[in-house]
Amino acid sequence: MNILGIYIDRPIVDFVILIIKCVVWIFALLTTFAYIQLVERWVIAKIQVRIGPNRTGPRGLFQPLADALKALFKEELIPTNADKLVFVIAPMISVATALLAFAVIPVSPPLNLFGLEIPMQIANVNVALLYLLAVGSVSVYGTVLAGWSSNNKYSLLGSLRAAAQLISYEVTLGLALVGVLMLTSTLNLNEIVDYQKNFGWIILPQVLGFILYIIAAIAETNRLPFDLPEAETELVAGYYTEYSSIKFAFFFMAEYINIITVCAIAATLFLGGYLSPLPFLPIVGEPGIWWFALKVFILIFVFMWIRGTFPRLRYDQLMNFTWKVMLPLALLNVLITAGIIIFFQPGAAQAFAR
Amino acid sequence: MPSDYFPLFIMLVVSVGFAAIGIGVSALLGPRRPTAIKGQTYESGMTAIGTARRRVWIRYYLVAVIFILFDIEIIFFYPWAVVFRMAAEFLFLEMALFVAILLVGYVYVWRKGGFDWY
Repeated sequence: MNILGIYIDRPIVDFVILIIKCVVWIFALLTTFAYIQLVERWVIAKIQVRIGPNRTGPRGLFQPLADALKALFKEELIPTNADKLVFVIAPMISVATALLAFAVIPVSPPLNLFGLEIPMQIANVNVALLYLLAVGSVSVYGTVLAGWSSNNKYSLLGSLRAAAQLISYEVTLGLALVGVLMLTSTLNLNEIVDYQKNFGWIILPQVLGFILYIIAAIAETNRLPFDLPEAETELVAGYYTEYSSIKFAFFFMAEYINIITVCAIAATLFLGGYLSPLPFLPIVGEPGIWWFALKVFILIFVFMWIRGTFPRLRYDQLMNFTWKVMLPLALLNVLITAGIIIFFQPGAAQAFAR
Repeated sequence: MPSDYFPLFIMLVVSVGFAAIGIGVSALLGPRRPTAIKGQTYESGMTAIGTARRRVWIRYYLVAVIFILFDIEIIFFYPWAVVFRMAAEFLFLEMALFVAILLVGYVYVWRKGGFDWY
């Protein structure tokens, strides 16, 4: 094909676009992380009647930049009796899996650029949802290995708690999404968004599933009120107590990118992804990345709000809650969805057309 | 299609590369003046006693076993949910049977106190 008058093979063009897309995605995620983290500090400050960051640049806008530079120039401390290789690999696993998870989420309809149709996601996989759960499971390794390799008692306790908590809430997280799959009959995120274009947002028949998903997602990202793994009043900083400089920043980064990802998954599965909430209006009704971003930011704001509102749970309450309350409710949600499909058959036409 | 996963492989390479470069740059830029005190693990300012390589509470192991039980249940749920519309009533009965068998184990663990932390 011709680009600016020069003939280039199609596979080469595709490959270059892919590389550019990967870099742009990572850059966009990091920028979003930096500013979400700043906004969170402002929001929490407002909730707690403090001022928040306001010294670095106008209203503290350069704070993330200052934090990043500071992290880069700090001394790296590795405890003498730590397992050095695992100690260095653990933050890499955390940050790489966090970046990888976002790759399958469609952020907008395909973009037309110079006559090329560019899909706005890194990979359009047919089992995207399963992939997301799988990557989420691998990211537990980052946490567990970090705590174990530090050879610090606080770190070990933090990572044991984290492992038990993450795998317990993963069960509910997975089960809360089954209702969505039953309605849409697919694991592909693009097809799930298409389903919502025809039959309305999935949150309407899946209110219970949505609430369960959000609670499990807060626990999966180690946020208050479920931040037992890094409870600073009892475990110093949990599994990353011994980490300093950029490695500490990587854990911080992974945590916030995971928040962005779980909110993006919630927006895609339950809130119509990049679709407009008012599709019948002329300009506002167009689907686009701005709707996707708006939904994700509203969900992230809810996460911050919850963090500013609730106290931390006790560990026995945390485990009881997921196994004795969330799991039966998630099974009930599957039962209700099965009933809805058998008796009302919503969106039956699409399922049989495939 | 296996070729669908090629972009993910590239993304894996790019993100691991990003992490490695980050750690490399930080190692170059930051100072490195290790001392014996700095090399100790943090224990609230006290001298660290013993190592953290010791036996851990059995309940964490128990949670892992229960997790395997229920995670496999979910793996069964996913393909079932995707084909659910093809024969809704029949598949519903089948899954009800499966969940009923599973619930026996769930109730057993509950009554045995497997979910309790004390």
